[in-house]
Amino acid sequence: MIELEGVSVTYGALRAARDISFRIAAGDALGLVGESGSGKSTVLRAVAGLIPHAEGSVTINGRELSNRRPRDSRKIIQMVFQDPYGSLHPNQTVDQTLSAPIAIHRLGNAETRIMAALTEVGLGREHRYRYPHQLSGGQRQRVAIARALILEPKVLLLDEPTSALDVSVQAEILNLLTRLRRDHGLTMLMVSHDLAVIAHVCDRIGVMHGGRLLEMTTAVALAEGRVTDPYSQQLLRANQGFDASGVVADVTV
Amino acid sequence: MNDGPLLTMRNLRVVYPGDDGDFRAVRNVSFSLGRERLGIVGESGSGKSTTGRAIMGLIPYPGRVEADVMRLGDTDLTGLDEKGFRRLRGKRIAMVLQDPKFSLDPVMTVGKQIAETHRYHFRSSKQAARAAALEMLEAVHIRDPERVYDQYAHQVSGGMGQRIMIAMMLIAGPDILIADEPTSALDVSVQQQVLAIMDEMVKSRGMGLILISHNLHLVSSFCDRVLVMYAGQIVEVCDAGRLHEAQHPYTKGLLAALPELGHRRDELPQLQRDPEWLIDLPAAVGAAA
Repeated sequence: MIELEGVSVTYGALRAARDISFRIAAGDALGLVGESGSGKSTVLRAVAGLIPHAEGSVTINGRELSNRRPRDSRKIIQMVFQDPYGSLHPNQTVDQTLSAPIAIHRLGNAETRIMAALTEVGLGREHRYRYPHQLSGGQRQRVAIARALILEPKVLLLDEPTSALDVSVQAEILNLLTRLRRDHGLTMLMVSHDLAVIAHVCDRIGVMHGGRLLEMTTAVALAEGRVTDPYSQQLLRANQGFDASGVVADVTV
Repeated sequence: MNDGPLLTMRNLRVVYPGDDGDFRAVRNVSFSLGRERLGIVGESGSGKSTTGRAIMGLIPYPGRVEADVMRLGDTDLTGLDEKGFRRLRGKRIAMVLQDPKFSLDPVMTVGKQIAETHRYHFRSSKQAARAAALEMLEAVHIRDPERVYDQYAHQVSGGMGQRIMIAMMLIAGPDILIADEPTSALDVSVQQQVLAIMDEMVKSRGMGLILISHNLHLVSSFCDRVLVMYAGQIVEVCDAGRLHEAQHPYTKGLLAALPELGHRRDELPQLQRDPEWLIDLPAAVGAAA
């Protein structure tokens, strides 16, 4: 469904992502982990077509996409962002937010589509005419997911979808994502710094560092500590809580 | 120096007046802190940060702080005015906040900021304060203190900024360090370094540490004792190593809702909130040390 071949992204002189290649079959979920500046969000944005890629090819649904994308190619690929406080327009009601993609893509029967999307993410009729500030963080993220689903995409891109949420709300959103993937056969590409969260959603996991894809592993291998790259091992240790023995205190400035 | 608790709280309340009566952000909170690492966990709005701020005397008007007992060593904190708190802050209690980008002064070199604390509390000379600041920078494992001394906040990385904050907070030798989500803005590997430095400082100086965090794994692996807060109250106190044996349904629910590596479940159990958890608890819950 998604195929990246030698993709590089540059910002001026900075190469934010270099020579990234991977493929995701339809209905699969792939996760990218890494620290800030590792290039994981850059890869996601290049797949979404939000930033142009300098080299390589991005193929989605059997069609190679250049940096100028036709409207119908955007319909099959939708994205959910990290911060639901920032990704929803504060002056628009949920109804307006969900109507916009329907109008842009000239789809009919907005009424049924909006109600179906709201039901799908576990929101009710009473939430439809609210503004974002009248919703909790978890409800806002549900609206963001509904907005992505309303076009009935084949691919869902997730950029740290739960890191701004409390633990209990995170569980609700993760359950929702798991169910959506199962019911709609969605292909997912997810980015996170939390290994446990990514291993919960994704089967295959890529470790990124310094713009490169270091290693492609699986959730099972990660759980059993079977990672080969030293950086992946360090990341794995750091995710298991504080361990004074594993710390190199004198670090480069 | 006595061996009594560094900090004693009994029935702490933080109240914000509102149109529909008072809102009690923190209530019935009692605990004492020795020379240990105490963790406070809870979700947003549980009152964990407000508790930390109340100890520092940083609750803004019209909020009110009330307590039956609130004692720092042998100093009574109840009814202490701003001037009194200003003498304590930095000298006796210090606080490290979440993001060093916002807590460091952007227009003053970081070295000067550290030295300023020393000058204020010890009325020291410029040279003495500079020497003390350089020594502190070295103590938090900054390699080239002379160079870092003259840098500005935007020139240092997040991990280094947090180490500078720790240096600044510890230069006057406080008894208690309150760290409010000190590593949430940092990458995981840097998190570990910052925690290790805090740990080392607290141990070598015999300080008490209060670590406020929403991260259950972090708190249970780093602290000695954990207070779990929900809706402004301490609902449970446990030994950090035995957090997984927690009894309160809220703590259990939070732990269960965390995804776990190597233990994948199709459906994560969602926290079912029980209105009974909101009922006022006797103020003695956290008192047992």
